[in-house]
Amino acid sequence: MISKEEVRHIAKLARLGINQEEEKFSKELSLILDYIEKLKEVDVKNVKPTSYSGKIENITRKDTEAQKSEKTSKLLELFPDRKKRFLKTKQIF
Amino acid sequence: MELENLTIEKAHQGLLKKEFSAQELTERYFQKIEEEDKKIHSYLNLYQDLAILQAKETDEMISRGKKINLLAGIPAAVKDNIMVENLKCTAGSKILESYVAPYDATVVKKLKREGIIILGKTNLDEFAMGSSTENSSFGPTRNPSDLERVPGGSSGGSAAAVAANLCLFSLGSDTGGSIRQPASFCGVVGLKPTYGAVSRYGLIAFASSLDQIGPITKTVEDCQTIFNAVLGKDEMDATSVSLPPSGGRDGKSQIKGLKIGVPKEYFIKGMEAEVEKMIKAAIQKYQDLGAKIVEVSLPYTEYALPCYYIIAPSEASANLARYDGIKYGYSTTRREQKTANSLLDIYLQSRGEGFGAEVRRRIMLGTYALSAGYYDAYYLRAQKVRTLITKDFEKTFKKVDAIFSPTSPTPAFKIGEKTSDPLEMYLSDIYTVSVNLAGLPAISIPVGKTSSSQNQGGGLPVGLQIIGKPFEEEKIMEIAKMYDNK
Repeated sequence: MISKEEVRHIAKLARLGINQEEEKFSKELSLILDYIEKLKEVDVKNVKPTSYSGKIENITRKDTEAQKSEKTSKLLELFPDRKKRFLKTKQIF
Repeated sequence: MELENLTIEKAHQGLLKKEFSAQELTERYFQKIEEEDKKIHSYLNLYQDLAILQAKETDEMISRGKKINLLAGIPAAVKDNIMVENLKCTAGSKILESYVAPYDATVVKKLKREGIIILGKTNLDEFAMGSSTENSSFGPTRNPSDLERVPGGSSGGSAAAVAANLCLFSLGSDTGGSIRQPASFCGVVGLKPTYGAVSRYGLIAFASSLDQIGPITKTVEDCQTIFNAVLGKDEMDATSVSLPPSGGRDGKSQIKGLKIGVPKEYFIKGMEAEVEKMIKAAIQKYQDLGAKIVEVSLPYTEYALPCYYIIAPSEASANLARYDGIKYGYSTTRREQKTANSLLDIYLQSRGEGFGAEVRRRIMLGTYALSAGYYDAYYLRAQKVRTLITKDFEKTFKKVDAIFSPTSPTPAFKIGEKTSDPLEMYLSDIYTVSVNLAGLPAISIPVGKTSSSQNQGGGLPVGLQIIGKPFEEEKIMEIAKMYDNK
């Protein structure tokens, strides 16, 4: 069972604004988690975890200077708020 | 030009023989979209002017007697979580409502080079999270077979558009069944390639260890054409790989001696009787053609869905952290009446208002599973179960060439039928999620419709899922072709 207090804590970790939905989330998440509890039946002793299918490791590329491209200006245009080429935001500290 | 009978090859021949021009073909599709998509709502955005311009280029090449590619002038639709440069890419979410893609996804780049014409972007469950396309922030898509029913999801718009002949083929993405299940519900072909077979660059990330892009088509031949056009290693996606040359493409597969595994764990309670009957009939057909049917066991099957519902939301909660109201997308800083007093307010408000119910639910679930004190119990344990599920398949594929199963336990359900119970909705993907967890290729092909007496809107399509070994897409597609070729 996920308490309303826990819901508020998770929402804060997730940086997700919730509006008086503690009750709803508490109910829904508890139901889903109850279902997921099923995994506890499985004996996973000495089993290695899989994070990706297939064998992929150490993929590298040359550390070259990024080229200024048309893409850059398109990305800049997507900023909600900016000053010239700088992203504008509320003060952080 | 009858759009109903058109395939990629037939359209190509029509263009070559000058039975119609690419412009006429494109215009015919837009006319049909105009007539029918108000009811179906498979498209979110259409780009007629751009498409006509592209079609004219193909026509000019033809008139100048230049050789054209098989895909030149072929009208297509792209799921709205795959980026097409300068076109909106919403992922079905309010948070990306006005986002314009700054570059082409690699698959789009490759298909554009072949000369395809993009008619528009198709509807999906928000961020591809869902099994019915009802989670789209822009309204649901309806099943062309019965407008009271869902088209499946999350690539519901892409599957419905192909089924209703509102494009010749489409692209979808599949994280837990999102190509195969809607293909099954709409009566079309859908392929989820092996993890890494197709570049994911330019696909809006949901769960990065599971996501794959794949084609939705009318025939298996068309599916082969599109898959072969988009596969391959891409330096922009470190998880993409070159397909090994063998890949089941060593000559034509023979049905004689073909070993088909049928997992006993898949034929269980919850499967609709008529679906079971039709899948068993399809299996029987392969046996009659000379294939050997073997009962196999995948003992960890029942843990696949709970395993998926730890891994996918966990990865999603991390991937979706980027929608912060700061860099792009919906932001409360843009509001005229300023409500955010601090940086934290911008995060909380933008995300709280921008994401829909299912996405919020999964972000919460994923954040919980990854939070301090719970990581080992949930995420790490799920990753270990994932290993066991993968091993189930590895063992089975030592004995058989392919595994057959239903794509979904039921045909398309009614709109609104499962929206109030998330768990009930998740069960729709019970046969498809294991394939993503194990990174395997699988195709869904239509094997007929349920008897129309059961449903007022007429019979509903049922799909057969054919699962293959890693990188044996070609083999499962050859096996799929045998169903119709006899």
